[in-house]
Amino acid sequence: MRVLWLQSGGCGGCTLSWLGSEIAPLFALLEDEGIEMLWHPSLSEASAEEAFAVIAECSGGTRPFDVLCVEGALLRGPQGSGRFHLMAGSGAPMTEWIRLLADRAQHVVAIGSCAAYGGITSGGANPTDACGLQYEGNVAGGLLGPDFHAAGGLPVIAVAGCPPHPDWISETLIQLARGTLTRDALDEFGRPRFFADQLVHHGCPRNEYYEFKASAAKLSDQGCLMENLGCKGTQAHADCNLRPWNGGGSCLRGGYPCIRCTEPGFEEPGHPFAQTPKIAGIPIGLPADMPKAWFVALAALSKSATPARVRENARADHTLKAPGTRLIKR
Amino acid sequence: MSRRIVGPFNRVEGDLEIALEIGDGRVQSAQVNSPLYRGFEQILLGKAPLDALVFVPRICGICSVAQSAASAQALAQAAGIEPPPNGRIAANLMLATENLADHLTHFYLYFMPDFARAEYAQQPWFAGAEARFKAMRGAAAAEMLPARAGFMRVMGLIAGKWPHTLALQPGGSSRPLQASEKIRLRLILREFRGFLEQALFGDALENVAALASVDQLAAWGAAHAASDLGRFLAIARELSLQQLGRAGDLFMSYGSFPQEAGRLFAAGIWDGAPAPLDLGAIREDVRHAWYAEADAPQAPAAGATLPLAEKAGAYSWCKAPRYAGRVAEVGALARQLVAGHPLARALAVEGGGNVLSRVVMRVVEIARVLPEMERWVEQLAPGEPYCVAADLPDDADGVGLVEAARGSLGHWLSVRRGRIHNYQIIAPTTWNFSPRDAQQMPGALEQALVGVPAGEGGATPAAVQHVVRSFDPCMVCTVH
Repeated sequence: MRVLWLQSGGCGGCTLSWLGSEIAPLFALLEDEGIEMLWHPSLSEASAEEAFAVIAECSGGTRPFDVLCVEGALLRGPQGSGRFHLMAGSGAPMTEWIRLLADRAQHVVAIGSCAAYGGITSGGANPTDACGLQYEGNVAGGLLGPDFHAAGGLPVIAVAGCPPHPDWISETLIQLARGTLTRDALDEFGRPRFFADQLVHHGCPRNEYYEFKASAAKLSDQGCLMENLGCKGTQAHADCNLRPWNGGGSCLRGGYPCIRCTEPGFEEPGHPFAQTPKIAGIPIGLPADMPKAWFVALAALSKSATPARVRENARADHTLKAPGTRLIKR
Repeated sequence: MSRRIVGPFNRVEGDLEIALEIGDGRVQSAQVNSPLYRGFEQILLGKAPLDALVFVPRICGICSVAQSAASAQALAQAAGIEPPPNGRIAANLMLATENLADHLTHFYLYFMPDFARAEYAQQPWFAGAEARFKAMRGAAAAEMLPARAGFMRVMGLIAGKWPHTLALQPGGSSRPLQASEKIRLRLILREFRGFLEQALFGDALENVAALASVDQLAAWGAAHAASDLGRFLAIARELSLQQLGRAGDLFMSYGSFPQEAGRLFAAGIWDGAPAPLDLGAIREDVRHAWYAEADAPQAPAAGATLPLAEKAGAYSWCKAPRYAGRVAEVGALARQLVAGHPLARALAVEGGGNVLSRVVMRVVEIARVLPEMERWVEQLAPGEPYCVAADLPDDADGVGLVEAARGSLGHWLSVRRGRIHNYQIIAPTTWNFSPRDAQQMPGALEQALVGVPAGEGGATPAAVQHVVRSFDPCMVCTVH
């Protein structure tokens, strides 16, 4: 499977995350799975006119390829000109190159939330008129339009995340190479379900604090980050706490809240990221599929049942009280 | 005289285009264009100040922690707080991990593959270089990628993940490390040391860090010819890389890794001799960049970023920072020159900033910093605080100055009525790859490319590529 990879309005962090692949060293994994990088901006030898030739031949149809990967948002500004990113050596907007290439590719893959939905680059006043390949935030459209399907029959495949986990990228490409990534395997925002049908909450190491609503008051406390510190783990589709990052980490394991970076529009949550908006002391933005009244009732109940150990440890940066021991009666 | 547009220039971070005027087989003049603008300084306006910690790491996927560190420092200054010792050490460990991983990525994946280009096929060293360093297929990358991934477990442990952590806070770190985790950190660093001492150096890190003269470096290279640094030194001698890619030789460093007192690497200027850093001497000139211009070049705290895609004479989205009106070069060489590393100073006396001295000091810095990281881990005190809360006043200003892998990174923040009122960033490659200024003075790379041998046809010569990549450019930081 031949892959052409281009970068536009992003930070390159998706590629850097991918390079940290631990399931197998990246280059060995690609070779073993028969995935050939026709060109990648950070990794390939070909530079300048050699690289330009590959891109131009792919877009002109004289060099067949299978997958177009795009990393970074698509910059339509200023005034629709695309001049905020002219592809180096070409004088033409990257948006034009990507439109041409998307029509030739069997599959089009958005690598990261910028390419998928606009992401961080479309934050604030969105000065560059940035969008995703097939979405602008959570609205279908983007650069290629809501009805776009690549020649292989699929819409844009969105390996969301800021950055995505290395395995999300690798497994998506491997499934494409093996022909097992069907329409049913993608969710409503184009994300492969193998990582998007989980919530960041699943496997969260702070589960006991969540159960008892024993909340952290400030970053570096051990308690649950949902009530006060903006955590969106119960709403974010990703397996971050089941599939370890960099050996064993995750945002929650790093002591900071999930900012929902796999979701369209995460860059503008409508409140400071590490601060939970509340109405009458109750956090808004409760778990997506839980009736609010039940949540409030359960929270009140569990708060009153919280063991002192959990309550005290929640507001400390190390364990003050160890779990008690119950001797087994013989 | 012929004109050649070189792009897309890859194995740099981000998109880069260079226009060369070629005559008599050499580059007569160069214009460096950063063709991508995203507008982070505009995006941040009006936001809650601490939200900068979500946005700025995402300026750059390879200098992510450096961006976070600069922002955290600026916010800490604005809040009038200082991290406790544990927080300071954790922040140093995060930044050092990223810097060293970046140096490694640059050496193995971005820089060395150029010696495996067909252009060198007739060289006696080619077969060895091709087997070891061929892009994506060489034996070295197959060893380096697992070593790098193993090393990045430091970030999993102390920062949750990399890139784009939110663990680095103005008041320290959100990730308190306990005694058993200190042991894991020590083991991870030990394993990484093993890779470096086996593959990159073939020698103890301490011996590499202690190299103090050009002669010692040459003798060390001859004695360690089978190591990857030894291989580079042998090729460099054949190609006279110490004579390639010299710029203006004014070097700057903001200093790095705060300790109990002072910084491990001091801040300053190297202008043939050490001089103190005067932050007030920094201005950003936008005469040849696509931005609206003020009456005169602005101090960063007073700067603005107003894109103007139609502007006569402009050719880059990169602004042109100047130090007392002069072009400054930043990076590992500059950092070690200012910090007083004897090898850096000896190399600078020999040939100033050039392809060899930039690459050597980047790699030597790995050997210099890893033992410091090992010491820092031992200094962590579990049970003591890692983070203090940051309460920002409604009106405040702050400056954050750090050394990213590729050089000096500054953030200038102003908060008014509780919101970000101005946020200006000058990244390392903004210094190195700046366009001309109002005095028509070319930037550091533009100077370094003049005189480089360049054929009139065919592929872009490897020499041009060596010079460009010797700076380890990060284009996404450059314009942000």
